[in-house]
Amino acid sequence: MKGLIGLMEAPLPEGPYYGALAEFATPADLYRACERVRDAGYSKWDAHTPFPVHGLEGAMGMKRSKLPWIVLALGLGGAATGFALQTWVHTTAYPLTISGKPLFTWPAFIPITFELGVLGGALGAVGGMLALNKLPMHHHPLFDVKRFSRFSDDGFFISIESWDPRFDASQTVRLLESAGASHVQLVENPK
Amino acid sequence: MAPTPGPDRYDPVVGRPTLILGGHDFHSITEAVARPLERPTPPTWWLFFLPSVALLGLLGIAVSWLFWEGIGIWGLNIPVGWAWDITNFVFWVGIGHAGTLISAILFLFRQKWRTSINRAAEAMTIFAVMCALIFPGIHVGRVWVAYFMFPIPNQMGMWPNFRSPLLWDVFAVSIYGTVSVLFWYVGLIPDLATIRDRAITPLRQKIYGFFALGWRGSNRHWQHYEVAYLILAGLATPLVLSVHSIVSMDFAVSQIPGWHTTIFPPYFVAGAIFSGFAMVITLMVICRSAFGLKEIITIRHFDYMAKIILVTGSMVGYAYAMEFFIAWYSGNDYELFTFTNRAFGPYAWAYWTMITCNVVSPQVFWFKKARTSIPILFVMSIFVNIGMWFERFVIIVTSLHRDFLPSAWSYFRPTIWDVSCLLGSFGLFFTMFCLFVRFLPMVATAEVKTVLPQADPHAHPPPERTLVRDRLAEEGAR
Repeated sequence: MKGLIGLMEAPLPEGPYYGALAEFATPADLYRACERVRDAGYSKWDAHTPFPVHGLEGAMGMKRSKLPWIVLALGLGGAATGFALQTWVHTTAYPLTISGKPLFTWPAFIPITFELGVLGGALGAVGGMLALNKLPMHHHPLFDVKRFSRFSDDGFFISIESWDPRFDASQTVRLLESAGASHVQLVENPK
Repeated sequence: MAPTPGPDRYDPVVGRPTLILGGHDFHSITEAVARPLERPTPPTWWLFFLPSVALLGLLGIAVSWLFWEGIGIWGLNIPVGWAWDITNFVFWVGIGHAGTLISAILFLFRQKWRTSINRAAEAMTIFAVMCALIFPGIHVGRVWVAYFMFPIPNQMGMWPNFRSPLLWDVFAVSIYGTVSVLFWYVGLIPDLATIRDRAITPLRQKIYGFFALGWRGSNRHWQHYEVAYLILAGLATPLVLSVHSIVSMDFAVSQIPGWHTTIFPPYFVAGAIFSGFAMVITLMVICRSAFGLKEIITIRHFDYMAKIILVTGSMVGYAYAMEFFIAWYSGNDYELFTFTNRAFGPYAWAYWTMITCNVVSPQVFWFKKARTSIPILFVMSIFVNIGMWFERFVIIVTSLHRDFLPSAWSYFRPTIWDVSCLLGSFGLFFTMFCLFVRFLPMVATAEVKTVLPQADPHAHPPPERTLVRDRLAEEGAR
């Protein structure tokens, strides 16, 4: 997985290890293990799955996404821009009387206002999602683990990063093993 | 009991037959979808691709000649100032709508069967919108001033008229295309990561890896991703309804008898979904057998799609009848003349082609035998698309060719260049679709995996394999 075109690189924790990586056989195993890791008090960790596993955010103790607020702001921004542009064009920049109608014909401005609102919201949803996820990030220490490439096929993983205050190379590995992992390993920091 | 592969598997959680047949697991889904992209190009692909590129070349020639000579090379006249150009535009925009219905509206309604077909249907939407956008672009005659359509500050101090439905259309269709691409791409990211991780050559790894954005299946990412997907579906739903409503207003806001009716927006939207589902069936019948996806895109999917065709086809049939009723009930002589002329005048052949294809032929879908027969589905889907092309032709040309003054009456005949532009647009569509199925995963694997019973973290292995209703019957017997 090395040598992908790099746009953004992951920040690395200090020390020899990036963290620990554990593989699980099924979504059900992963779900129960996530509950264990959550209850053990870890905060800098993640699950990696080929598809979104239903309810896993609860098992990981995650908060709700803030994305809807970004979409709302950009959607309203798009709609306001559209309405303002049409009003300015028809009343100030290029006032044309058509069929004796008033210049500020706001009902006729609704369709484009709506369309630009949708455009703003859609760009906000995609751009906001990428920004919150810090994507694109073409380099990541986990990509150096050969086994990890199965996450996009049928592998279910938990990674615990070493800057988690509770991280301890031997204890964390033991926790993951006891949580039902089929394979646990430490991931070294790339040199 | 050992897992029994085949159609008799039941989802242990909901107690219904599984959507995906053949006892697939996560890995075999990946294999089924990704392998066709990794094997050498099959000769049959060229069999579809080369004729499509030839037709695309025809489009290039037709459009070049159009730019050189002007729109007089088409069969347009006064009063028929719009004909095949706008017919093709509305036809292609309509095709696109089924893709958005499958990807957005069925997602909001939690129709899990959509996951097998949504990727290909969304691709169809994008390519159909590309075809659609050509026609308003080239029909303006002086294409070098096509930028007049956009609000671009210019040295003439001139701005477009935002009160015109034609301008609403520019915004609606271009934003629809943009949002469709965004939606499609967001859905593709996890699958591009799959192809990247299986890459057989470094070049493939780099190209797919670049577009996969470094996706690593993180659940902290999936959370924002799923919210983004839901919101995009929520935005695309009113958007798609607005797009064809606005397309219909190009006609309905004018004062031409036959166009000036309030039924147009819902009638156009129903017709769009009708024709789009027909195109999805046409494409999926070919793709599922060509790429060995019969266990993922099953007969049940076709059964559901045929039901939607029956519903929307009936809505369209109702609209045809209602137009006649209103023409009579309004007491407007011009309106009544237009509709009588439509059914019995010089274009009666086109009108009855439309009725036969759109209203009569889908009635076979009342029967399950027809809904589950691949040959019948394929033939009907072609019929529906012929009918829906004729619907737009009938609306546009029959309403125009009899002007208010009989001295201005005329008859439209297409020229070779009208035909070339239509065939050429099919060339563009199928060229893009061939490239899509060759280079991108045509099934959304990350989504299909979620509908497998074992994807549920609360599934208990080994899953029970009885229907809920069977179990209830057993308990009742006891």
